[in-house]
Amino acid sequence: MTQPDTTTERIETFYEVMRAQGITRRSFMKYCSLTAAALGLGPAFVPEIANAMETKPRTPVIWLHGLECTCCSESFIRSGHPLAKDVILSMISLDYDDLLMAAAGHQAEAALEETIKKYKGNYILAVEGNPPLNEDGMFCISGGKPFLDKLKKVAKDAKAIIAWGACASYGCVQAAAPNPTQATPIHKVITDKPIIKVPGCPPIAEVMTGVITYMVTFDKMPALDRQGRPLMFYSQRIHDKCYRRPHFDAGQFVESWDDEGARKGYCLYKVGCKGPTTYNACSTVRWNEGVSFPIQSGHGCIGCSEDGFWDQGSFYDRVTDVTQFGVEANADRVGLAAVGAVGAGVAGHAALSALKRAQQKAQGHANAVKDDEKAAKAKKEEA
Amino acid sequence: MSVQPDTDTPFHKAGTHKQTSVYVYEAPVRIWHWVNALAILVLCITGYFIGQPLPSFSGAEATYQFFFGYLRFAHFAAGMVLTVAFFGRAYWALVGNHHAKQLFSFPFWKRHFWAEVWFELRWYMFLEREPKKYEGHNPLAQMAMFFFITVATLFMIVTGFALYAEGLGKSHWMYSIAGWVIELAGNSLDVHMLHRMGMWAILVFVIIHIYVAVREDIMSRQSIVSTMISGHRTFKDDRPD
Repeated sequence: MTQPDTTTERIETFYEVMRAQGITRRSFMKYCSLTAAALGLGPAFVPEIANAMETKPRTPVIWLHGLECTCCSESFIRSGHPLAKDVILSMISLDYDDLLMAAAGHQAEAALEETIKKYKGNYILAVEGNPPLNEDGMFCISGGKPFLDKLKKVAKDAKAIIAWGACASYGCVQAAAPNPTQATPIHKVITDKPIIKVPGCPPIAEVMTGVITYMVTFDKMPALDRQGRPLMFYSQRIHDKCYRRPHFDAGQFVESWDDEGARKGYCLYKVGCKGPTTYNACSTVRWNEGVSFPIQSGHGCIGCSEDGFWDQGSFYDRVTDVTQFGVEANADRVGLAAVGAVGAGVAGHAALSALKRAQQKAQGHANAVKDDEKAAKAKKEEA
Repeated sequence: MSVQPDTDTPFHKAGTHKQTSVYVYEAPVRIWHWVNALAILVLCITGYFIGQPLPSFSGAEATYQFFFGYLRFAHFAAGMVLTVAFFGRAYWALVGNHHAKQLFSFPFWKRHFWAEVWFELRWYMFLEREPKKYEGHNPLAQMAMFFFITVATLFMIVTGFALYAEGLGKSHWMYSIAGWVIELAGNSLDVHMLHRMGMWAILVFVIIHIYVAVREDIMSRQSIVSTMISGHRTFKDDRPD
């Protein structure tokens, strides 16, 4: 993955950077074991990780910011992984990140040009946010040009692309209906490069660093699911590992935000928790160095790492709104209306059928009476 | 034709009534019908309360209570029964009599079929005095069966198994078979919503189905309800069509 041109200068290894920063060998080995554990690998992988860190040159990374809110970066720099954030940042060679780099303006743009040239075909492109396509991409200007152009240009020579967060992966809030700027996720703009999606708004810091560690260590993309998300963090739903799951199975739910159930920490399913439909690692990795996650703090999951989560109706409903109907409706309201209408129709039809039948019977009766009268008359005449 | 031949009016005792009977629904079809009906009943009740749970009762700590778990279990078990029954029924369409095939065919291209549908619609709109006789389903019923039972059940099986496979995990073989539905919809929540809409569609069918079966039993010229129990179709008159 990181075999730079022989003509370019040698990039230092991850281990060298760590040692230069005063980190001991012992701490380094601890870091390797914890990383192995975080990636769900056995102890046998610790030497492999250590070896990769010691021998492989750091991976050059270009980090672009499109239409976004920077929450991914905010999350990333707070990675509570055992070693400090400067280590995380030294693991990769972050050659361009207009948010974190010291350079600005023309200097920064020059650094970008240089990185693309120097590590052509070898760098990883990490994209935070997405390009708006409407009005020729004029809704997001970076360095005086539409972000769309910049993204395409940098992606052209990238080895792989990481789509950070819900924006880059699915579009997020700026792509929510009616999406006036036509904000478009990365995989719909760049179609000829391997793209790994790390959705979430933002993604968990340890998930972000975990993905990078894996790519640096094993020289390849982690195993992805059909949507392109790394299986090691997105293969299970929040619900599957939720510590409130026993209350779900027991049928004990929070009914309103201040009830006894809420105080007792019951399941938030009925107040709209999207944990059962959201693939993420929140209930295992948690946030802010494992302090908590939304459900633990008493609020349902809003499903921020799922496709189109802004257009799924209220965050506080279980049976969500059917936005296609224009007016606010949910599956149950639509269904009940249909059942009601059909039920009324059936009742009306039954009444009409009964009426018609009675009418026919009466007619039949009248005819029969007439027939009888005729017969009686004939009899009389005969007599 | 002013007089309706009507078996239960005393005025037509003299009519020549020859009760003819045809064996229409073979045993596997009848068994499937009632198993399917029972499964749908269980699925609708449990399914409704899975989406909109009952008020919680906090009698005991969660360790000692598994109410919602059992409710979901009943739903999944009934779903499995429905699926097995459906495929059993599909098999019988291959080996059974020609009436058993009706559920799986929709003669969209036949002009005659649509003419019969139109006639049947007129009968339900009170525009025809007398319905026609059918050994199997009338064309309108066949159309409703095809869309609300065959297509809708298949839809519920596919979406249902996709949702069930989510719980088994992405590495499970069932997810590799059914998981594409989740990926196709993009979001599991959408699949939940579609699955619920499917339930309401089937409920609409159930209402119409039961009403029409009873109505036809009374007003048509043939047996309806008892046919799904005995398998025999009897006719109330022996005039042609």
